Amino acid sequence: MALDRWIALIILMICLAYGYAAFFTMDATLPPFMQRNPVWPSTFPKILSVSGGLVALSIVLGLEKHTGVGKEPDIEYTRLGDYKIGQALFLLGLMVAYALCLRPVGFLGSTMFFLIAGSVVLGERRFHIIIPVAALASGGIWYLVQEVLGIFLRPWPFFLGV
Amino acid sequence: MLEGILIGLTTAFTGTNLFMVIGGCLIGTFIGMLPGLGPMSIIAIMIPVAISIGDPSAALILLAGVYYGAIFGGSTSSILINAPGVASTVATSFDGYPLARQGKAGKALTVAAIASFCGGTIGAILLMIFAPMLASVALLFHSAEYFALMVVGLSAIAAFAGTGQVGKALLMTFLGLIMATVGEGALFNAPRFTMGIMDLQSGFGFITLAMAMFALPEALYLVLDPARSNNEAGGEIKDLRITRDEAKQIAPVIGRQSIQGFLIGVLPGAGATIASFLGYAVERNIASKEDQEQFGKGSIKGLAAPEAANNAAATGSFVPLLTLGIPGSGTTAILLGALIALNVTPGPRLMIDEPEVFWAVIVSMYIGNLVLLFLNLPLIPYIAKVLAVPRTFLIPFILFFTLMGAYIGQNNATELLILVGFGICATILRFADYPLAPLLIGFILGQMLEDNFSRSMQLEGGIGFILERPMTMGLLAFAVLLVVLPTYRARIRAQGIADGD
Repeated sequence: MALDRWIALIILMICLAYGYAAFFTMDATLPPFMQRNPVWPSTFPKILSVSGGLVALSIVLGLEKHTGVGKEPDIEYTRLGDYKIGQALFLLGLMVAYALCLRPVGFLGSTMFFLIAGSVVLGERRFHIIIPVAALASGGIWYLVQEVLGIFLRPWPFFLGV
Repeated sequence: MLEGILIGLTTAFTGTNLFMVIGGCLIGTFIGMLPGLGPMSIIAIMIPVAISIGDPSAALILLAGVYYGAIFGGSTSSILINAPGVASTVATSFDGYPLARQGKAGKALTVAAIASFCGGTIGAILLMIFAPMLASVALLFHSAEYFALMVVGLSAIAAFAGTGQVGKALLMTFLGLIMATVGEGALFNAPRFTMGIMDLQSGFGFITLAMAMFALPEALYLVLDPARSNNEAGGEIKDLRITRDEAKQIAPVIGRQSIQGFLIGVLPGAGATIASFLGYAVERNIASKEDQEQFGKGSIKGLAAPEAANNAAATGSFVPLLTLGIPGSGTTAILLGALIALNVTPGPRLMIDEPEVFWAVIVSMYIGNLVLLFLNLPLIPYIAKVLAVPRTFLIPFILFFTLMGAYIGQNNATELLILVGFGICATILRFADYPLAPLLIGFILGQMLEDNFSRSMQLEGGIGFILERPMTMGLLAFAVLLVVLPTYRARIRAQGIADGD
């Protein structure tokens, strides 16, 4: 089974779970005064789950015939190994690490680390360029956001106060 | 009216006020390029500055400059790195980014600047002439008509339902609508589908989703396939100017969409987002077959339409603000706050009591547009150079900006994890050739669709409102026509070819 049909199957499952939640779990807790409304909070989800499920099912079963010539995909997912999948996964990991570190480590430290590590992963080795650029960018953005725009961003690690 | 224009011109053409426009445009453009900071947040940030100026005309002129600058800046990031930071520029990235990938980033930015300029200018002229009249028409629009308007907006997804893709486009739309229901329920704001997670109570963030659907998969594709970053032009930026031929092509599009966008912008609550989607949908569906093929792959018509509509709608949203005192969008609501702080009360009496403010706003909007055009056209080659940055630097920065966009909006680190999670899902969906734009369209319009539907059901006491209100009926029929007509036309043409054979 091709990837697009697997995805449709997963979406079908999501629709079923969503539909279960909409049909069986939401209405019982509805306060009486809201029950007099023509549209309940669960009305739209019910419609969506049924129609979404039907469309997903039609893709899973391959009802729609592909009339168009299949255009060359940008990336052939069956040969992911031929691409720089390692770099991509590493960058995704880096983004997760950034999300987890942003608060405790502070904006300046985590941003500099993210930008430097990101460049290094992609094969950049000119450290005398990377480090100043990363420092300048994180400092500049921090100044813009915190000082000019007044949106709080913790600059330093948690143990330095602020 | 002529007298009014003269009042406006004398107010706007003083040294300080011109300086305000230029400064505002520059600030707006540069801050607006950061995804996550749209016109609304930038204006909100600039309000303390504006109020401390003291003179209402000067303050409004500054804010108008910031507003237009921010709209243009937002389109820049959509075109260059496929990262729409504001809902109204999502439609810009549909065709703008493909153009940038073909090495025509300069041209795309030029088209966007010109389309925005024309949209804004035509909007300002219409505002000048029709403001009082339109205000009364806008009040005729009830939630039933808004619901129908959203349905027309949803017809934009037809553009992404290519051959053998109708099911996928529909499925993505439903998924988007489903995601829009997460958070708070219609009308009563009780939490639903949050699975008890506090962070989901306010629903998924729009910027998070936009970044995850557009910017992140694109960045990952650039990582996966290094050859992709050397676009066909080999990183070189060519074709800066548009040719006479292209100008002829986009002129009618801009004309139509400026007027249509303005009319939609006048309706309180509809705003620039709907205007841009509608503009894209309408232009695609009335284009000729050959042009239609180009939509989504780098059509300058497809870029000009949402840009013109977006700016005209932004101008149009001033109609209810200035004539009725009703803020029709988030941005005008903030402007209303600024006006009241400056001791100016917008409303029916504004034109009589303080004509100089009314006319200064209109004239300054026009000047803001003009300044923006002349500031940005020379800057475009430098802005487009962003794409010439080596990929080892560009990609970490794109990723960083997507993260920042999601973080600044909510100030919530969980949002970043959601972003990465959705980004991975979106990349997998792209592998399987699912169109991602319908998901975002569904997500943006879903909430408004549901709210307006339930509101009109409540007001009119049943589904009968569709039959009882001719305007609703007409709009819904228009939506059906927009979807059906192109398919029908294509079929007729296909038959003709078959007969010829």
